[in-house]
Amino acid sequence: METIEQIKARIEAAAPGTRAEIVLNGSPANQPSLLLDCGHARAVAQFLRDDPALAFDYASNVTGVDWPEKTIKEKIKVKKMMEGVEKEVEEVCERKTPAYLEAVYHLYSMARKHGPLILRLRTENRADQVALPSLTPVWRSCEFQEREIFDLYGIHFEGHPDLRRILMWPEFTDYPMRKDYVEADDYEYEPTPHDAVLARARQHYPGGTPA
Amino acid sequence: MSASTLPSELAEPASDHQLLEVSLGPQHPSTHGVFRMDVSLDGEMVVKLKPVFGYLHRNHEKIAEKCSYLGSIPYTDRLDYICSLTNNWAYAMTVEKLAGLVAPERAEYIRVILSELTRLINHSALAGFLLQDMGALGTPLMYAFREREKILDLFESLTGARMMCNYMRFGGCRCDLPPGWIEQTRSLVANFPSFLDEFEALLTGNEILQARTEGVGVLTPQLAVNAGVTGPMLRATGVNYDIRKVDAYGVYGRFSFRVPLGERGDVFDRYMIRILEMRESLKILEQALRDIPAGPIIDPKAKLRNLRPKPGEAYGRIEGPKGELGFYLISDGGPNPYRYRIRPPSLINLTILEDMCLGQTIADAVVILGSVDIVLGEVDR
Repeated sequence: METIEQIKARIEAAAPGTRAEIVLNGSPANQPSLLLDCGHARAVAQFLRDDPALAFDYASNVTGVDWPEKTIKEKIKVKKMMEGVEKEVEEVCERKTPAYLEAVYHLYSMARKHGPLILRLRTENRADQVALPSLTPVWRSCEFQEREIFDLYGIHFEGHPDLRRILMWPEFTDYPMRKDYVEADDYEYEPTPHDAVLARARQHYPGGTPA
Repeated sequence: MSASTLPSELAEPASDHQLLEVSLGPQHPSTHGVFRMDVSLDGEMVVKLKPVFGYLHRNHEKIAEKCSYLGSIPYTDRLDYICSLTNNWAYAMTVEKLAGLVAPERAEYIRVILSELTRLINHSALAGFLLQDMGALGTPLMYAFREREKILDLFESLTGARMMCNYMRFGGCRCDLPPGWIEQTRSLVANFPSFLDEFEALLTGNEILQARTEGVGVLTPQLAVNAGVTGPMLRATGVNYDIRKVDAYGVYGRFSFRVPLGERGDVFDRYMIRILEMRESLKILEQALRDIPAGPIIDPKAKLRNLRPKPGEAYGRIEGPKGELGFYLISDGGPNPYRYRIRPPSLINLTILEDMCLGQTIADAVVILGSVDIVLGEVDR
Protein backbone atom coordinates (compact mmCIF):
# COMPACT_ATOMS: atom_id res chain seq x y z
CA MET A 1 0.00 0.00 0.00
CA GLU A 2 1.12 3.54 -0.64
CA THR A 3 2.10 5.56 2.40
CA ILE A 4 -0.41 7.91 3.90
CA GLU A 5 1.56 10.91 2.59
CA GLN A 6 1.33 9.55 -0.96
CA ILE A 7 -2.38 8.89 -0.58
CA LYS A 8 -2.87 12.43 0.72
CA ALA A 9 -1.08 13.84 -2.31
CA ARG A 10 -3.13 11.66 -4.67
CA ILE A 11 -6.36 12.77 -3.02
CA GLU A 12 -5.47 16.43 -3.30
CA ALA A 13 -4.60 15.98 -6.96
CA ALA A 14 -7.78 14.02 -7.73
CA ALA A 15 -10.25 16.27 -5.92
CA PRO A 16 -8.88 19.81 -6.19
CA GLY A 17 -9.62 22.01 -3.24
CA THR A 18 -9.62 19.16 -0.74
CA ARG A 19 -8.07 19.96 2.58
CA ALA A 20 -6.64 16.75 3.98
CA GLU A 21 -4.61 16.64 7.14
CA ILE A 22 -2.67 13.73 8.58
CA VAL A 23 -3.61 13.00 12.18
CA LEU A 24 -0.79 11.20 13.93
CA ASN A 25 -1.38 8.40 16.36
CA GLY A 26 0.74 8.18 19.46
CA SER A 27 0.14 4.54 20.27
CA PRO A 28 2.47 1.70 19.22
CA ALA A 29 -0.21 0.59 16.76
CA ASN A 30 1.00 3.40 14.49
CA GLN A 31 -2.19 3.83 12.52
CA PRO A 32 -2.27 7.47 11.35
CA SER A 33 -5.45 8.81 9.86
CA LEU A 34 -6.56 11.41 7.33
CA LEU A 35 -8.80 14.26 8.41
CA LEU A 36 -10.94 15.40 5.48
CA ASP A 37 -13.02 18.49 5.00
CA CYS A 38 -16.72 17.79 4.79
CA GLY A 39 -17.28 19.49 1.44
CA HIS A 40 -15.11 17.09 -0.54
CA ALA A 41 -15.51 13.95 1.57
CA ARG A 42 -17.93 12.22 -0.81
CA ALA A 43 -15.75 12.90 -3.86
CA VAL A 44 -12.66 11.68 -2.02
CA ALA A 45 -14.47 8.52 -0.91
CA GLN A 46 -15.52 7.86 -4.49
CA PHE A 47 -11.93 8.33 -5.65
CA LEU A 48 -10.55 6.02 -2.97
CA ARG A 49 -13.02 3.32 -3.93
CA ASP A 50 -12.64 3.58 -7.71
CA ASP A 51 -8.93 4.25 -8.11
CA PRO A 52 -7.44 0.96 -9.37
CA ALA A 53 -4.25 1.23 -7.32
CA LEU A 54 -5.95 2.13 -4.06
CA ALA A 55 -9.24 0.22 -4.55
CA PHE A 56 -10.60 0.71 -1.05
CA ASP A 57 -13.75 -1.20 -1.87
CA TYR A 58 -14.61 -2.18 1.69
CA ALA A 59 -15.48 0.21 4.52
CA SER A 60 -15.05 -2.05 7.47
CA ASN A 61 -15.73 -0.02 10.57
CA VAL A 62 -17.56 3.28 10.93
CA THR A 63 -17.85 4.88 14.29
CA GLY A 64 -18.36 8.12 16.14
CA VAL A 65 -16.25 9.77 18.80
CA ASP A 66 -17.32 12.59 21.08
CA TRP A 67 -14.76 15.29 21.89
CA PRO A 68 -16.24 17.79 24.29
CA GLU A 69 -14.53 21.08 25.03
CA LYS A 70 -11.45 20.47 27.11
CA THR A 71 -9.29 22.86 29.07
CA ILE A 72 -5.64 22.07 28.66
CA LYS A 73 -3.16 23.50 31.09
CA GLU A 74 0.24 24.04 29.58
CA LYS A 75 3.46 25.23 31.06
CA ILE A 76 5.28 27.65 28.80
CA LYS A 77 8.54 29.41 29.36
CA VAL A 78 8.36 33.16 29.24
CA LYS A 79 11.22 35.62 29.45
CA LYS A 80 10.55 38.27 32.01
CA MET A 81 12.47 41.15 33.48
CA MET A 82 12.73 40.50 37.19
CA GLU A 83 14.61 42.95 39.35
CA GLY A 84 16.43 44.24 36.35
CA VAL A 85 17.60 40.78 35.23
CA GLU A 86 16.05 38.86 32.37
CA LYS A 87 14.93 35.47 33.62
CA GLU A 88 13.08 32.56 32.14
CA VAL A 89 9.94 31.90 34.14
CA GLU A 90 7.47 29.08 33.72
CA GLU A 91 3.91 30.23 33.44
CA VAL A 92 0.80 28.10 33.35
CA CYS A 93 -1.54 29.08 30.58
CA GLU A 94 -4.91 27.60 29.85
CA ARG A 95 -6.26 26.97 26.42
CA LYS A 96 -9.48 25.42 25.33
CA THR A 97 -9.78 22.84 22.58
CA PRO A 98 -12.82 23.20 20.37
CA ALA A 99 -15.68 20.76 20.88
CA TYR A 100 -16.72 18.56 18.00
CA LEU A 101 -18.11 15.17 17.08
CA GLU A 102 -16.09 12.94 14.86
CA ALA A 103 -16.90 10.09 12.48
CA VAL A 104 -14.09 7.60 11.84
CA TYR A 105 -14.03 5.27 8.83
CA HIS A 106 -11.71 2.27 8.60
CA LEU A 107 -11.21 1.32 4.96
CA TYR A 108 -9.69 -1.85 3.56
CA SER A 109 -9.26 -3.17 0.08
CA MET A 110 -10.58 -6.64 -0.62
CA ALA A 111 -9.33 -6.57 -4.19
CA ARG A 112 -5.76 -5.61 -3.30
CA LYS A 113 -5.81 -6.96 0.27
CA HIS A 114 -4.35 -3.91 1.95
CA GLY A 115 -5.39 -1.46 4.59
CA PRO A 116 -6.41 0.06 6.83
CA LEU A 117 -6.79 3.63 5.68
CA ILE A 118 -8.50 5.66 8.36
CA LEU A 119 -10.62 8.67 7.45
CA ARG A 120 -11.96 11.19 9.93
CA LEU A 121 -14.69 13.76 9.49
CA ARG A 122 -15.42 16.40 12.09
CA THR A 123 -18.50 18.47 12.79
CA GLU A 124 -18.34 22.20 13.45
CA ASN A 125 -19.47 21.83 17.05
CA ARG A 126 -21.50 19.56 19.27
CA ALA A 127 -24.68 21.59 19.49
CA ASP A 128 -26.28 22.85 16.33
CA GLN A 129 -23.87 22.23 13.46
CA VAL A 130 -23.65 18.46 13.60
CA ALA A 131 -24.10 17.57 9.94
CA LEU A 132 -21.63 15.44 7.99
CA PRO A 133 -21.89 14.04 4.48
CA SER A 134 -23.01 10.43 4.46
CA LEU A 135 -20.71 7.95 2.74
CA THR A 136 -23.47 5.33 2.43
CA PRO A 137 -23.91 6.10 -1.31
CA VAL A 138 -20.28 5.05 -1.76
CA TRP A 139 -20.18 2.09 0.64
CA ARG A 140 -23.42 0.35 1.61
CA SER A 141 -21.74 -1.02 4.73
CA CYS A 142 -21.97 2.45 6.27
CA GLU A 143 -25.77 2.30 6.24
CA PHE A 144 -26.45 0.73 9.63
CA GLN A 145 -23.28 2.07 11.21
CA GLU A 146 -24.07 5.68 10.30
CA ARG A 147 -27.56 5.12 11.63
CA GLU A 148 -26.00 3.93 14.85
CA ILE A 149 -23.82 7.04 15.07
CA PHE A 150 -26.87 9.21 14.46
CA ASP A 151 -28.68 7.30 17.19
CA LEU A 152 -25.98 7.32 19.84
CA TYR A 153 -24.00 10.51 19.03
CA GLY A 154 -26.46 12.69 17.16
CA ILE A 155 -24.39 13.31 14.03
CA HIS A 156 -26.74 14.09 11.16
CA PHE A 157 -25.59 12.34 7.97
CA GLU A 158 -26.72 14.27 4.90
CA GLY A 159 -27.61 12.05 1.97
CA HIS A 160 -28.24 8.95 4.07
CA PRO A 161 -31.16 6.98 2.58
CA ASP A 162 -32.80 5.98 5.84
CA LEU A 163 -31.58 7.98 8.82
CA ARG A 164 -33.58 6.73 11.80
CA ARG A 165 -32.73 5.58 15.28
CA ILE A 166 -31.53 2.00 15.19
CA LEU A 167 -30.82 0.77 18.72
CA MET A 168 -32.83 3.19 20.86
CA TRP A 169 -36.58 3.54 20.42
CA PRO A 170 -37.88 6.26 18.07
CA GLU A 171 -39.28 8.47 20.85
CA PHE A 172 -35.96 8.64 22.68
CA THR A 173 -34.53 12.16 22.55
CA ASP A 174 -30.98 12.09 23.94
CA TYR A 175 -27.69 10.74 22.62
CA PRO A 176 -26.40 8.12 25.08
CA MET A 177 -22.82 7.79 23.88
CA ARG A 178 -21.99 11.47 24.35
CA LYS A 179 -19.68 12.11 27.25
CA ASP A 180 -22.08 14.50 28.97
CA TYR A 181 -25.09 12.20 28.77
CA VAL A 182 -26.93 11.95 32.06
CA GLU A 183 -28.53 8.60 32.67
CA ALA A 184 -32.21 8.45 33.36
CA ASP A 185 -33.15 7.61 36.93
CA ASP A 186 -35.50 4.99 35.77
CA TYR A 187 -35.41 3.60 32.25
CA GLU A 188 -38.48 1.49 32.80
CA TYR A 189 -41.14 3.55 34.48
CA GLU A 190 -41.77 2.42 38.03
CA PRO A 191 -44.93 3.90 39.50
CA THR A 192 -43.53 3.60 43.05
CA PRO A 193 -39.75 3.83 42.81
CA HIS A 194 -37.84 2.01 45.50
CA ASP A 195 -34.32 1.08 46.59
CA ALA A 196 -31.59 2.21 44.21
CA VAL A 197 -33.98 3.92 41.83
CA LEU A 198 -35.52 5.91 44.63
CA ALA A 199 -32.12 6.95 45.93
CA ARG A 200 -31.15 8.26 42.50
CA ALA A 201 -34.48 9.99 42.01
CA ARG A 202 -34.20 11.73 45.37
CA GLN A 203 -31.12 13.61 44.22
CA HIS A 204 -33.34 15.61 41.89
CA TYR A 205 -35.89 16.40 44.60
CA PRO A 206 -33.98 17.95 47.48
CA GLY A 207 -37.23 18.81 49.26
CA GLY A 208 -38.46 15.28 49.61
CA THR A 209 -39.50 12.18 47.74
CA PRO A 210 -40.78 12.36 44.19
CA ALA A 211 -44.49 12.16 43.77
CA MET B 1 -39.59 -7.34 -22.45
CA SER B 2 -40.37 -3.67 -21.98
CA ALA B 3 -42.99 -2.45 -19.60
CA SER B 4 -45.41 -1.57 -22.39
CA THR B 5 -45.65 -5.16 -23.58
CA LEU B 6 -46.43 -6.52 -20.12
CA PRO B 7 -50.00 -7.58 -19.49
CA SER B 8 -51.74 -4.71 -17.78
CA GLU B 9 -52.38 -6.60 -14.53
CA LEU B 10 -48.63 -7.20 -14.12
CA ALA B 11 -47.54 -3.68 -15.00
CA GLU B 12 -49.81 -2.09 -12.41
CA PRO B 13 -51.20 -3.76 -9.34
CA ALA B 14 -54.97 -3.98 -9.47
CA SER B 15 -56.94 -1.74 -7.16
CA ASP B 16 -58.08 -4.63 -4.94
CA HIS B 17 -54.47 -5.69 -4.56
CA GLN B 18 -53.47 -5.10 -0.96
CA LEU B 19 -50.15 -5.57 0.70
CA LEU B 20 -50.16 -7.45 3.95
CA GLU B 21 -47.87 -6.12 6.63
CA VAL B 22 -46.48 -8.68 9.03
CA SER B 23 -44.32 -8.00 12.03
CA LEU B 24 -42.15 -11.10 12.22
CA GLY B 25 -40.77 -11.26 15.74
CA PRO B 26 -39.48 -10.14 18.20
CA GLN B 27 -40.59 -13.34 19.94
CA HIS B 28 -40.42 -15.71 17.03
CA PRO B 29 -38.35 -18.90 17.03
CA SER B 30 -36.90 -18.17 13.60
CA THR B 31 -35.42 -14.81 14.58
CA HIS B 32 -32.72 -16.46 16.73
CA GLY B 33 -33.29 -14.08 19.61
CA VAL B 34 -35.23 -10.87 20.07
CA PHE B 35 -35.17 -9.42 16.59
CA ARG B 36 -37.99 -8.18 14.43
CA MET B 37 -38.56 -7.86 10.71
CA ASP B 38 -41.28 -5.57 9.40
CA VAL B 39 -42.30 -7.40 6.26
CA SER B 40 -44.72 -6.30 3.56
CA LEU B 41 -46.16 -9.22 1.65
CA ASP B 42 -47.76 -9.39 -1.75
CA GLY B 43 -49.46 -12.73 -1.44
CA GLU B 44 -46.62 -14.84 -0.20
CA MET B 45 -43.89 -12.70 -1.76
CA VAL B 46 -41.76 -10.29 0.22
CA VAL B 47 -41.83 -6.78 -1.29
CA LYS B 48 -40.37 -4.87 1.63
CA LEU B 49 -38.42 -5.95 4.69
CA LYS B 50 -37.02 -3.69 7.37
CA PRO B 51 -35.07 -5.22 10.23
CA VAL B 52 -35.71 -3.68 13.66
CA PHE B 53 -33.01 -3.90 16.32
CA GLY B 54 -32.33 -2.84 19.84
CA TYR B 55 -34.26 -5.28 22.02
CA LEU B 56 -31.02 -6.46 23.65
CA HIS B 57 -29.29 -3.06 23.61
CA ARG B 58 -27.49 -2.31 26.86
CA ASN B 59 -24.88 0.11 25.49
CA HIS B 60 -21.96 -2.18 26.06
CA GLU B 61 -19.66 0.47 24.58
CA LYS B 62 -20.63 3.08 27.15
CA ILE B 63 -20.30 0.60 30.01
CA ALA B 64 -16.83 -0.36 28.76
CA GLU B 65 -15.80 3.31 28.76
CA LYS B 66 -16.48 3.31 32.48
CA CYS B 67 -14.56 0.06 33.09
CA SER B 68 -10.83 -0.56 33.23
CA TYR B 69 -9.25 -2.35 30.28
CA LEU B 70 -9.17 -5.60 32.23
CA GLY B 71 -12.73 -5.21 33.45
CA SER B 72 -14.16 -5.34 29.94
CA ILE B 73 -12.84 -8.82 29.13
CA PRO B 74 -15.63 -10.78 30.85
CA TYR B 75 -18.12 -8.46 29.20
CA THR B 76 -16.87 -9.27 25.72
CA ASP B 77 -17.91 -12.89 26.37
CA ARG B 78 -21.50 -11.71 26.28
CA LEU B 79 -21.34 -10.17 22.83
CA ASP B 80 -21.60 -13.23 20.66
CA TYR B 81 -22.26 -15.68 23.45
CA ILE B 82 -21.74 -18.73 21.24
CA CYS B 83 -18.14 -17.71 20.48
CA SER B 84 -16.87 -16.03 23.63
CA LEU B 85 -13.24 -16.96 23.06
CA THR B 86 -12.92 -15.26 19.69
CA ASN B 87 -14.42 -12.11 21.22
CA ASN B 88 -11.80 -12.30 23.97
CA TRP B 89 -9.09 -12.63 21.38
CA ALA B 90 -10.17 -9.68 19.27
CA TYR B 91 -10.28 -7.44 22.32
CA ALA B 92 -7.01 -8.71 23.79
CA MET B 93 -5.30 -8.25 20.44
CA THR B 94 -6.47 -4.65 20.13
CA VAL B 95 -5.29 -3.77 23.62
CA GLU B 96 -1.96 -5.38 22.77
CA LYS B 97 -1.70 -3.15 19.71
CA LEU B 98 -2.64 -0.12 21.76
CA ALA B 99 -0.21 -0.83 24.60
CA GLY B 100 2.59 -2.43 22.60
CA LEU B 101 2.44 -5.86 24.23
CA VAL B 102 3.41 -9.12 22.56
CA ALA B 103 1.90 -12.44 23.53
CA PRO B 104 4.37 -15.34 23.88
CA GLU B 105 4.35 -18.06 21.28
CA ARG B 106 2.65 -20.67 23.43
CA ALA B 107 -0.19 -18.26 24.16
CA GLU B 108 -0.63 -17.57 20.44
CA TYR B 109 -0.90 -21.31 19.77
CA ILE B 110 -3.44 -21.72 22.56
CA ARG B 111 -5.43 -18.85 21.06
CA VAL B 112 -5.42 -20.45 17.63
CA ILE B 113 -6.53 -23.79 19.06
CA LEU B 114 -9.33 -22.21 21.08
CA SER B 115 -10.56 -20.01 18.28
CA GLU B 116 -10.68 -22.91 15.82
CA LEU B 117 -12.60 -24.98 18.39
CA THR B 118 -14.96 -22.02 18.71
CA ARG B 119 -15.37 -21.99 14.94
CA LEU B 120 -16.36 -25.67 15.07
CA ILE B 121 -18.95 -24.88 17.73
CA ASN B 122 -20.36 -21.93 15.82
CA HIS B 123 -20.56 -23.56 12.41
CA SER B 124 -22.02 -26.83 13.65
CA ALA B 125 -24.60 -24.99 15.75
CA LEU B 126 -25.44 -22.73 12.81
CA ALA B 127 -25.96 -25.71 10.51
CA GLY B 128 -28.28 -27.20 13.12
CA PHE B 129 -30.25 -23.98 13.57
CA LEU B 130 -30.52 -23.45 9.83
CA LEU B 131 -32.04 -26.89 9.41
CA GLN B 132 -34.34 -26.16 12.34
CA ASP B 133 -35.56 -23.08 10.45
CA MET B 134 -36.37 -25.28 7.46
CA GLY B 135 -38.51 -27.51 9.58
CA ALA B 136 -36.09 -30.32 10.40
CA LEU B 137 -36.98 -29.96 14.06
CA GLY B 138 -34.56 -31.31 16.55
CA THR B 139 -32.48 -34.02 14.95
CA PRO B 140 -29.76 -32.05 13.07
CA LEU B 141 -29.55 -29.51 15.89
CA MET B 142 -29.14 -32.21 18.51
CA TYR B 143 -26.47 -33.93 16.45
CA ALA B 144 -24.61 -30.60 16.30
CA PHE B 145 -25.11 -29.89 19.97
CA ARG B 146 -23.80 -33.35 20.89
CA GLU B 147 -20.44 -32.37 19.35
CA ARG B 148 -20.65 -28.90 20.84
CA GLU B 149 -20.98 -30.41 24.32
CA LYS B 150 -17.69 -32.25 23.89
CA ILE B 151 -15.92 -29.00 22.99
CA LEU B 152 -17.60 -27.16 25.85
CA ASP B 153 -16.24 -29.86 28.19
CA LEU B 154 -12.76 -28.97 26.97
CA PHE B 155 -13.43 -25.28 27.59
CA GLU B 156 -14.69 -26.06 31.04
CA SER B 157 -11.61 -28.02 32.02
CA LEU B 158 -9.39 -25.21 30.73
CA THR B 159 -11.22 -22.02 31.73
CA GLY B 160 -13.69 -23.14 34.35
CA ALA B 161 -16.66 -21.98 32.31
CA ARG B 162 -18.52 -23.55 29.45
CA MET B 163 -19.71 -20.48 27.62
CA MET B 164 -18.54 -17.30 29.38
CA CYS B 165 -14.88 -18.28 29.30
CA ASN B 166 -13.16 -14.99 30.22
CA TYR B 167 -9.87 -16.63 29.33
CA MET B 168 -7.62 -14.41 27.25
CA ARG B 169 -5.67 -11.50 28.65
CA PHE B 170 -3.72 -8.78 26.90
CA GLY B 171 -0.22 -10.17 26.61
CA GLY B 172 -1.27 -13.82 26.74
CA CYS B 173 -3.76 -16.09 28.44
CA ARG B 174 -5.02 -16.46 31.98
CA CYS B 175 -3.76 -19.94 32.84
CA ASP B 176 -1.85 -22.78 31.25
CA LEU B 177 -3.40 -25.90 29.76
CA PRO B 178 -4.28 -28.56 32.36
CA PRO B 179 -2.48 -31.92 32.11
CA GLY B 180 -3.93 -34.18 29.46
CA TRP B 181 -5.84 -31.38 27.72
CA ILE B 182 -3.86 -31.62 24.49
CA GLU B 183 -4.44 -35.37 24.25
CA GLN B 184 -8.17 -34.93 24.86
CA THR B 185 -8.36 -32.24 22.19
CA ARG B 186 -6.37 -34.39 19.80
CA SER B 187 -8.80 -37.27 20.17
CA LEU B 188 -11.73 -34.89 19.68
CA VAL B 189 -10.14 -33.57 16.50
CA ALA B 190 -9.53 -37.12 15.31
CA ASN B 191 -13.18 -38.06 15.86
CA PHE B 192 -14.75 -34.89 14.48
CA PRO B 193 -14.55 -35.84 10.77
CA SER B 194 -16.77 -38.84 11.42
CA PHE B 195 -19.41 -36.48 12.83
CA LEU B 196 -19.09 -34.25 9.77
CA ASP B 197 -19.44 -37.25 7.45
CA GLU B 198 -22.51 -38.42 9.32
CA PHE B 199 -23.98 -34.91 9.30
CA GLU B 200 -23.36 -34.54 5.59
CA ALA B 201 -24.76 -37.99 4.81
CA LEU B 202 -27.90 -36.95 6.63
CA LEU B 203 -28.23 -33.48 5.15
CA THR B 204 -26.14 -32.33 2.21
CA GLY B 205 -27.66 -34.63 -0.38
CA ASN B 206 -31.11 -34.26 1.11
CA GLU B 207 -33.67 -33.33 -1.51
CA ILE B 208 -35.67 -31.09 0.78
CA LEU B 209 -32.61 -29.18 1.91
CA GLN B 210 -31.53 -28.63 -1.68
CA ALA B 211 -34.99 -27.54 -2.76
CA ARG B 212 -35.21 -25.05 0.07
CA THR B 213 -31.72 -23.58 -0.33
CA GLU B 214 -30.53 -23.69 -3.93
CA GLY B 215 -31.06 -20.37 -5.67
CA VAL B 216 -32.56 -18.85 -2.52
CA GLY B 217 -31.27 -15.55 -1.17
CA VAL B 218 -28.65 -15.04 -3.85
CA LEU B 219 -26.06 -12.39 -3.05
CA THR B 220 -23.75 -11.01 -5.73
CA PRO B 221 -20.06 -10.54 -4.91
CA GLN B 222 -20.16 -6.83 -5.90
CA LEU B 223 -22.97 -6.07 -3.47
CA ALA B 224 -21.43 -8.25 -0.76
CA VAL B 225 -18.11 -6.37 -0.88
CA ASN B 226 -19.77 -2.96 -1.05
CA ALA B 227 -22.06 -3.78 1.86
CA GLY B 228 -19.16 -4.92 4.03
CA VAL B 229 -20.37 -8.50 4.31
CA THR B 230 -17.63 -10.67 5.80
CA GLY B 231 -16.99 -14.21 6.90
CA PRO B 232 -18.61 -17.30 5.40
CA MET B 233 -21.37 -15.11 3.91
CA LEU B 234 -18.81 -13.27 1.79
CA ARG B 235 -16.84 -16.33 0.81
CA ALA B 236 -20.03 -18.07 -0.30
CA THR B 237 -20.25 -15.44 -3.05
CA GLY B 238 -16.76 -16.38 -4.25
CA VAL B 239 -14.73 -13.47 -2.87
CA ASN B 240 -11.48 -14.79 -1.46
CA TYR B 241 -11.07 -12.74 1.71
CA ASP B 242 -10.15 -14.47 4.92
CA ILE B 243 -8.44 -12.29 7.53
CA ARG B 244 -6.54 -15.34 8.79
CA LYS B 245 -4.79 -15.32 5.41
CA VAL B 246 -4.81 -11.56 4.68
CA ASP B 247 -3.48 -10.31 8.02
CA ALA B 248 -1.94 -13.63 9.17
CA TYR B 249 -2.43 -12.40 12.73
CA GLY B 250 -1.19 -14.49 15.62
CA VAL B 251 0.58 -17.53 14.22
CA TYR B 252 -1.88 -18.25 11.41
CA GLY B 253 0.86 -17.67 8.87
CA ARG B 254 2.47 -20.96 9.92
CA PHE B 255 -0.42 -23.28 9.13
CA SER B 256 -1.39 -24.63 5.77
CA PHE B 257 -5.10 -24.53 5.13
CA ARG B 258 -7.37 -23.61 2.26
CA VAL B 259 -10.14 -21.03 2.08
CA PRO B 260 -13.31 -22.65 0.73
CA LEU B 261 -15.18 -20.46 -1.76
CA GLY B 262 -18.73 -20.64 -3.07
CA GLU B 263 -19.94 -19.98 -6.58
CA ARG B 264 -23.50 -18.77 -6.47
CA GLY B 265 -23.84 -17.06 -3.10
CA ASP B 266 -27.14 -18.73 -2.26
CA VAL B 267 -28.17 -20.30 1.04
CA PHE B 268 -26.88 -23.71 -0.01
CA ASP B 269 -23.40 -22.28 -0.65
CA ARG B 270 -23.46 -20.62 2.76
CA TYR B 271 -24.34 -23.94 4.39
CA MET B 272 -21.68 -25.78 2.41
CA ILE B 273 -18.95 -23.19 3.13
CA ARG B 274 -19.48 -23.69 6.83
CA ILE B 275 -19.16 -27.46 6.54
CA LEU B 276 -15.98 -27.08 4.49
CA GLU B 277 -14.55 -24.47 6.87
CA MET B 278 -14.99 -26.93 9.72
CA ARG B 279 -12.86 -29.43 7.81
CA GLU B 280 -10.18 -26.77 7.28
CA SER B 281 -10.34 -25.82 10.97
CA LEU B 282 -9.58 -29.44 11.83
CA LYS B 283 -6.43 -29.23 9.68
CA ILE B 284 -5.31 -26.10 11.55
CA LEU B 285 -6.06 -27.79 14.87
CA GLU B 286 -4.01 -30.84 13.96
CA GLN B 287 -1.01 -28.69 13.06
CA ALA B 288 -1.35 -26.42 16.07
CA LEU B 289 -1.70 -29.31 18.51
CA ARG B 290 1.36 -30.92 16.97
CA ASP B 291 3.55 -27.79 17.00
CA ILE B 292 2.56 -26.09 20.25
CA PRO B 293 5.79 -25.09 22.05
CA ALA B 294 6.46 -25.03 25.77
CA GLY B 295 7.09 -21.73 27.49
CA PRO B 296 5.38 -18.90 29.31
CA ILE B 297 1.76 -18.07 28.55
CA ILE B 298 1.77 -14.37 29.31
CA ASP B 299 4.08 -11.45 28.55
CA PRO B 300 5.87 -10.71 31.84
CA LYS B 301 5.68 -6.97 31.03
CA ALA B 302 1.89 -7.11 30.72
CA LYS B 303 0.36 -5.10 33.50
CA LEU B 304 -3.17 -6.38 33.78
CA ARG B 305 -4.49 -4.19 36.53
CA ASN B 306 -4.34 -0.44 36.13
CA LEU B 307 -3.10 -0.56 32.56
CA ARG B 308 -2.68 2.97 31.20
CA PRO B 309 -1.71 2.90 27.52
CA LYS B 310 -0.16 5.99 25.96
CA PRO B 311 -2.65 8.34 24.30
CA GLY B 312 -3.47 7.04 20.84
CA GLU B 313 -5.77 4.66 19.10
CA ALA B 314 -5.74 1.18 17.60
CA TYR B 315 -8.01 -0.93 15.43
CA GLY B 316 -7.60 -4.69 15.66
CA ARG B 317 -9.59 -7.31 13.82
CA ILE B 318 -9.79 -11.08 13.59
CA GLU B 319 -11.65 -13.53 11.43
CA GLY B 320 -14.41 -14.47 13.83
CA PRO B 321 -16.69 -17.37 12.98
CA LYS B 322 -19.34 -14.88 11.80
CA GLY B 323 -17.05 -12.46 9.98
CA GLU B 324 -14.66 -9.64 10.72
CA LEU B 325 -14.81 -8.92 14.42
CA GLY B 326 -13.01 -5.67 15.12
CA PHE B 327 -12.33 -3.53 18.15
CA TYR B 328 -11.43 0.14 17.96
CA LEU B 329 -9.96 1.67 21.09
CA ILE B 330 -8.89 5.23 21.84
CA SER B 331 -6.79 5.84 24.92
CA ASP B 332 -6.38 9.24 26.53
CA GLY B 333 -3.76 7.93 28.92
CA GLY B 334 -6.25 7.10 31.62
CA PRO B 335 -7.13 3.74 33.15
CA ASN B 336 -10.35 3.46 31.09
CA PRO B 337 -10.61 3.49 27.31
CA TYR B 338 -11.77 6.90 26.03
CA ARG B 339 -13.60 5.21 23.19
CA TYR B 340 -14.39 1.52 22.90
CA ARG B 341 -16.03 0.39 19.73
CA ILE B 342 -16.94 -3.06 18.51
CA ARG B 343 -17.36 -3.79 14.84
CA PRO B 344 -20.09 -6.40 15.02
CA PRO B 345 -20.07 -8.74 12.02
CA SER B 346 -23.64 -9.91 12.68
CA LEU B 347 -25.07 -6.39 12.45
CA ILE B 348 -23.23 -5.43 9.29
CA ASN B 349 -24.07 -8.72 7.58
CA LEU B 350 -27.73 -7.81 8.08
CA THR B 351 -27.36 -4.68 5.92
CA ILE B 352 -28.27 -6.61 2.79
CA LEU B 353 -30.99 -8.76 4.38
CA GLU B 354 -33.68 -6.85 2.50
CA ASP B 355 -31.86 -7.15 -0.83
CA MET B 356 -31.60 -10.91 -0.41
CA CYS B 357 -35.23 -11.38 0.62
CA LEU B 358 -37.01 -9.23 -1.99
CA GLY B 359 -39.04 -11.36 -4.37
CA GLN B 360 -38.68 -14.46 -2.23
CA THR B 361 -41.46 -16.06 -0.22
CA ILE B 362 -41.89 -15.38 3.47
CA ALA B 363 -40.83 -18.95 4.27
CA ASP B 364 -37.59 -18.35 2.40
CA ALA B 365 -36.98 -15.11 4.29
CA VAL B 366 -36.80 -17.20 7.46
CA VAL B 367 -34.22 -19.50 5.87
CA ILE B 368 -32.21 -16.55 4.53
CA LEU B 369 -32.08 -14.96 7.96
CA GLY B 370 -30.96 -18.29 9.38
CA SER B 371 -28.13 -18.47 6.85
CA VAL B 372 -26.84 -15.00 7.82
CA ASP B 373 -25.97 -16.40 11.25
CA ILE B 374 -26.73 -13.63 13.71
CA VAL B 375 -26.43 -13.52 17.46
CA LEU B 376 -28.44 -10.71 18.94
CA GLY B 377 -26.08 -10.17 21.83
CA GLU B 378 -23.66 -8.85 19.25
CA VAL B 379 -26.12 -7.12 16.93
CA ASP B 380 -27.62 -4.97 19.69
CA ARG B 381 -24.69 -4.70 22.08
